[in-house]
Amino acid sequence: MSAPGPILDVANIEVIYNRTVQVLRGLSLAVPRGQVVALLGSNGAGKSTTLKAVSRLLEIEDGALTGGAIRFDGQDVAAFAPHALVRRGLFHVMEGRRIFEDLSVEENLTAATFARPGGRPSRGFALVYEYFPRLFERRSGLAGYLSGGEQQMLAIGRALIAEPQLILLDEPSLGLSPILVEEIFSIIARINREQGTAMLLVEQNAAVAFAVSHYAYIMETGKIVIDGPVERLMHDADVREFYLGLGAAGQGRSFRDVKHYKRRKRWLS
Amino acid sequence: MEGFDPLFFAEVTLAGLGSGALLALTGLAFVLIYKATRVVNLAIGEMLMVGAYLFFAFAAGLGLPAWGAIPLALAGGGLLGAAIERAIIRPMLGESPIAIFMVTIGLGSVLVGLVEIVWSPNPTQLPDFIGAAPVFLGEAYVSRKIAVGFAVACLVIAGFLLAFRTWRGGVALRATAADQAAAYSCGIDVPAVFCAAWALAGVAAAAAGILVGAVGGISPTMGVFGLSALVVVIVGGLDSVAGALVGGLVVGLLEAWSGTFLGGEYKIVATFSLLLAVLVVRPYGLFGTAEIERL
Repeated sequence: MSAPGPILDVANIEVIYNRTVQVLRGLSLAVPRGQVVALLGSNGAGKSTTLKAVSRLLEIEDGALTGGAIRFDGQDVAAFAPHALVRRGLFHVMEGRRIFEDLSVEENLTAATFARPGGRPSRGFALVYEYFPRLFERRSGLAGYLSGGEQQMLAIGRALIAEPQLILLDEPSLGLSPILVEEIFSIIARINREQGTAMLLVEQNAAVAFAVSHYAYIMETGKIVIDGPVERLMHDADVREFYLGLGAAGQGRSFRDVKHYKRRKRWLS
Repeated sequence: MEGFDPLFFAEVTLAGLGSGALLALTGLAFVLIYKATRVVNLAIGEMLMVGAYLFFAFAAGLGLPAWGAIPLALAGGGLLGAAIERAIIRPMLGESPIAIFMVTIGLGSVLVGLVEIVWSPNPTQLPDFIGAAPVFLGEAYVSRKIAVGFAVACLVIAGFLLAFRTWRGGVALRATAADQAAAYSCGIDVPAVFCAAWALAGVAAAAAGILVGAVGGISPTMGVFGLSALVVVIVGGLDSVAGALVGGLVVGLLEAWSGTFLGGEYKIVATFSLLLAVLVVRPYGLFGTAEIERL
């Protein structure tokens, strides 16, 4: 019934900030419908920038797409304002959660109803409270008083209100304890399974991202350096060593290993 | 000052609260714009003045009754706010705050000039729609105009606050004020919210203008009332609605007390001394957010 092809197709994009700093250099990736795709890489590689280019929040930060094309559901995103894209089914859960702290939990969800045509989520807030019962308990409290994990739940909850086809998730594990990370990611996997929502997941925590993703891209300094189905990447020697922190034999490696450092440099260039 | 008269003091205080409520309403209009769009709008006094003249045009010029002229003037004030946003402020989006601030100063002068061209620079009276029978609170006398002005200003402010809390658009407004990018990411049409904030501020300013004009008459220079409102919001905090309300009442009382007990020439000295004192202790105002930009 839906148009063929991936829900998101990013082709060869270049992004420049403040008319001077080039952050993305010919980056391409695709997110198939209904799948979770991970985008991994170190700090400053341009992961968040990629997501902002897709959701067009880039322009608010004085960034500009100077080359390539981004197609969401077959249409060039450049034709839409950021809020219009959200209403078409592309929801960006930004880095650092970005909940409205002086609004109550419920008002935060109300704010997200602007993403729905007619302003009404088909099941009200029930779907959000089903996935995140804790938000229901705290629904009338100020969002600023929620714990970090609950704030992340609220940020994802806002996305659920929008009933999107694609969620861009920027570092949902940021600043959370391992047990919370596990909880959040199991819910992310459930949402994907039960709602059929495609996701483009940016993470620094490669291990946890691999656990929920079908396909992964790894980027360095503005472009993709490795990509493949997660099962294959998990067995790739370089990925294991640099992103999962495992040596060939499966145990942790030391940074004092000079050869390791040299090999890494060569691989990056 | 021998022989302190508590009744007289009470009357002065009530008059101060009356003009304080009008200052608070004007301050609310200012804060609305600043909170949503981060624009320091120095033309707020002139928007207030245009609101008063619109009422004058509908009530005196067209001879409409007050219940017809007031909504029309308020709607006109809202349209003026929206038009200013669309035509002047939106193209300036992303320019330096100082540039936008200067534009609003220029806009204020243009509005004054236009009003002078259309209605002449001479002060006039608004047609009376409040009545003159005095109001007594206990034994204290209050001018009816001031009492009605106070009550209406409080009602309008309460209406605005209620709308921000309960109306879905109020959530969009507060969300946009808190975090623009996040508001976009929730599907909120941020430019439309900007426009709405200016329109609502225009309505609030026009309401204040009608009340100020009813109390003291209208003239193209009545926009200087906006200067006191500027003191109010700087004292209260540029981005704080509560600050505008408290600041409005404090400045209103201070003006009344200093004007009556020290002499009219002390009014400005007293209010601006308060401004200096507050800024020294709390540079972002009594209720303002600490990290906001200052000019």
